[in-house]
Amino acid sequence: MARSVVPVNGTLRWPGTIAVGLALVFLFGPLIAVLWRAEGLASLSRADLSAVWFTIWQAAVSAVVSIGLAIPVARALARRQFRGRQVLVTLLGAPFLLPVIVAILGLLAVFGRAGIVNSFLGALGLPDVSIYGAHGVIIAHVFFNLPLAVRLILQGWVAIPSERFRLAAGLNAPIWRVLERPMLASVVPGTFVVIFLICLTSFAVALTLGGGPRATTIELAIYQAFRLSFDLAGAATLTLVQIAICAVVALLAFAITALDAMGRGLDRVVARWDGSVWGDFAWITAAALFLLLPLVMVILRGLPSILELPSSVWVAALRSVMIAMVSAGLTVALALALALRGGWLVVVVGTLPLAFSGLVLGAGLFLIVFPFVNPSNVALPVTALVNSLMALPFVMRALVPSVAQVEAQYGQLADGLGLRGWARLRIVLLPRLRRPLGFSAGVAAALSMGDLGVITLFATGDRATLPLEMYRLMGAYQMQAAASSALVLLGLSLGLFWICDRGWRIDADA
Amino acid sequence: MLTLDHLKLTFANFSLSADLVVPIGGITAIVGPSGGGKSTLLSAIAGFVQPSAGRVFWDGADITQRPPGDRCVSILFQDNNLFPHLSVSQNLLLGLRRSLRFESGDEDKIAQILDKVGLSGFQSRKPAALSGGQQSRAALARVLLGGRPLVLLDEPFAALGPALRDEMLDLCAETLATQGCTILMVTHDPRDAARVAGQTIVVLDGVAHAPAETGPLLADPPDALRTYLGG
Repeated sequence: MARSVVPVNGTLRWPGTIAVGLALVFLFGPLIAVLWRAEGLASLSRADLSAVWFTIWQAAVSAVVSIGLAIPVARALARRQFRGRQVLVTLLGAPFLLPVIVAILGLLAVFGRAGIVNSFLGALGLPDVSIYGAHGVIIAHVFFNLPLAVRLILQGWVAIPSERFRLAAGLNAPIWRVLERPMLASVVPGTFVVIFLICLTSFAVALTLGGGPRATTIELAIYQAFRLSFDLAGAATLTLVQIAICAVVALLAFAITALDAMGRGLDRVVARWDGSVWGDFAWITAAALFLLLPLVMVILRGLPSILELPSSVWVAALRSVMIAMVSAGLTVALALALALRGGWLVVVVGTLPLAFSGLVLGAGLFLIVFPFVNPSNVALPVTALVNSLMALPFVMRALVPSVAQVEAQYGQLADGLGLRGWARLRIVLLPRLRRPLGFSAGVAAALSMGDLGVITLFATGDRATLPLEMYRLMGAYQMQAAASSALVLLGLSLGLFWICDRGWRIDADA
Repeated sequence: MLTLDHLKLTFANFSLSADLVVPIGGITAIVGPSGGGKSTLLSAIAGFVQPSAGRVFWDGADITQRPPGDRCVSILFQDNNLFPHLSVSQNLLLGLRRSLRFESGDEDKIAQILDKVGLSGFQSRKPAALSGGQQSRAALARVLLGGRPLVLLDEPFAALGPALRDEMLDLCAETLATQGCTILMVTHDPRDAARVAGQTIVVLDGVAHAPAETGPLLADPPDALRTYLGG
C-alpha cells in the first residue's frame, strides 16, 4: 500500500526547543568561559605537552589492548554455548554502570601492592608489580573497555549469517580469511575510536592510578591547575586542548560508524566446525576472572566492616543519592523533550556531550561561577547538572527509537482522536514509554551516582559525594573504610538502576 | 455530503485523483486492487495525508486544512485501534473527550454502547484480555460513542475470520447506519461490498470513480474492474 503518510505532528515540540537551548547554553557557555580565560597554545609548558602526549598514548594503547583481548573472547562467545553464557554476556554490559572508583579499588585488591597478584609473585620469589603509573591506567581502562569491545565485536560475529559458516565449512574454506577478517575490518575501527574517546575523557582513573610526570593526563593536569596551583588561565588552556582533541575524535567516531553497544541479539550462537573448545574456554575463563575478581574482592573486603563506617560516609551517600535522583529526573525530562521534538538539532545535542567530558564542563562552569560565588556552595547543583548532560547521549539512544515506535503504532489513532500536546503526552506517550523511561532514569541515576569528576573541582570540606568521600578515604590509606564505602556505592548504583528499571515496568502492559 | 473537489494525491511514483460526491447516510464501499490507493484516499479524507491539489468538503465546509482530530470524522484502521494500556471504558471515553476523567453520565453512556455491540460488562478489561472480534467491537463502540457523522473503515475487520467479519459488517450496518452516519469502507473483497454497501467507489489506475450502485456495478463491471475481480 502506498502508505507514505505525511506525519501530522501532534506531539509537543516547544519543550524540546527549550531543551535544545538549555543543552547548548550549558555545553557552550563553559566552552566560551574557557576560551575567555585561556592564554593561547603558546603558553603550554613542557609538562603540559607531556600530558597531551600521555593522554593520547594511553588512550591508544588502552584501545589496542582492549580490542586485542576482546577478539578471541568474542570469538569464543560467538561459537560456544554453555550454561551461564547469557549471564556473562549481560554482565559485559555492567561495567558501564559500575562506579569507576569502585572498580579501581577492586583492581587495587587484585593488582595492588598487597593484592592477589603480588602475593602470588612474592611467593614465587618474583619482584612486585606496581599498579600505579601508566600501566595501572591502562589496566583500569582495559577493565572498563574490554567488555565494551567484546560486546561490539560479538555483534559483528553474530551478524555473520550462519549459512555463510555452513558454506565455508562445506567448501573447507579458511573462515578467518573469507568471513572473520572482513567482519573485523569493518567493526574494529569503530570500536577503536569509541574506546579511544572514552579513555581520552576518563578522569577518575588518572586521578587515582596516574600522576607524576609520566602518567598525567590532560584532565588530571586541569584538576591540578585548579586544586593545587590555582592557575586558572593554565587550566583554561589545557581545557581548550582537551576539547579540541575530543571534538576531532568524536567527529571521527561519528563519521566512522554509529555503534550500538546496547544492541540485542547477542544470544545467538553460530554452529561452527573449527577452533579448539579448550582454547575458547580458556579465553572466556580468563576474561571472566579479570572482570569478576576485582568486584568479588570489593565485596569480600568491604562486607565485614560495613556497619563501622563513619557517619560522614552515610551522609555523603545520602547526598549522592539525592544528586543522582535530581540528575536522573533532569536527564529524562531533557531527553524526553528532545525525543518528542526530533530533527537534526536534537541529533546534534544528543551527540555533543560525547565530545565534552564532565571535568571539562566543570572547569568551564567553575570559571563562570568563580567571580560571583564560592564554587563549593554550588558544588551539588553543578554536579547534578553536569551529570545529566553527560548521561544525555546514552539516554537519548534508548528513548528516541522508542518514541518513534510509539508514534508509528499509535500516532494515527491519537491524531484521529484529536489527542495533541499535553493530552497526548499524558494519555498515550508516557504510559507507552514506561519501560524506556525507567531504563533511562536508571542509567542516568547510576552514572551520576558513580561519577567522580566535576565534584572534585567544586567540593571542599563537607560537600563530598560518596565517590569523593571514598577517594579521600583511599588517599588517607583508610583502606578498610574505603572498601566498605565501595560496597555501599556499588550497592546504591546498581540498586538505583534496578529500582528505576524494574519499578517503572510493574504493570506496564505490553 | 462529502465532496472531494478535484482532489489530487501525489507521492513518489504514485498518484491518485478523485472528483466525486458521497451522499449523506448509508455505507459506501471502496474497492480496487491493492496498492491502488484505497487506504490513501481514506487517509486524505481523515486528514493524515495532505493532498497536493484540490479540496475536501463535509457538509459544505472546507475541511482540507483541519487536523484529523477536528474533522467530524472517525476512522478505524487495520490494527492499533485501541490503546493497550487503557481499559475498555477509558478507550471509549477518548471517543467523547480528550481526557481520561469520567464525568457524570459517562458510565451510563458507555454501558449502553457496550450493550449495543455485545460487550456488556467488559468495562474494566484491557484490550489484551479481549479476542480479536471483541477488540473490533470495542473500537466500534468508541466510534458510536463519539457520534461523529462520517465514519471511515480501513479494513478494520480484515484479520477476522469470514463469519466474524460478516457479523461485524452487519453490526456496523445496524448500529452506525441507524445512527445516521455516513460510512466509507475500504475492502478488497467485493462480497463485503455486496453484503452491506449500497454504493461502491472503484479506485483503479490512479482514479477514484464516482460512487455507483453496488449491485449493477458488480453484476456488470467495467473491463478493468472485471480483470481485478477475475470474473
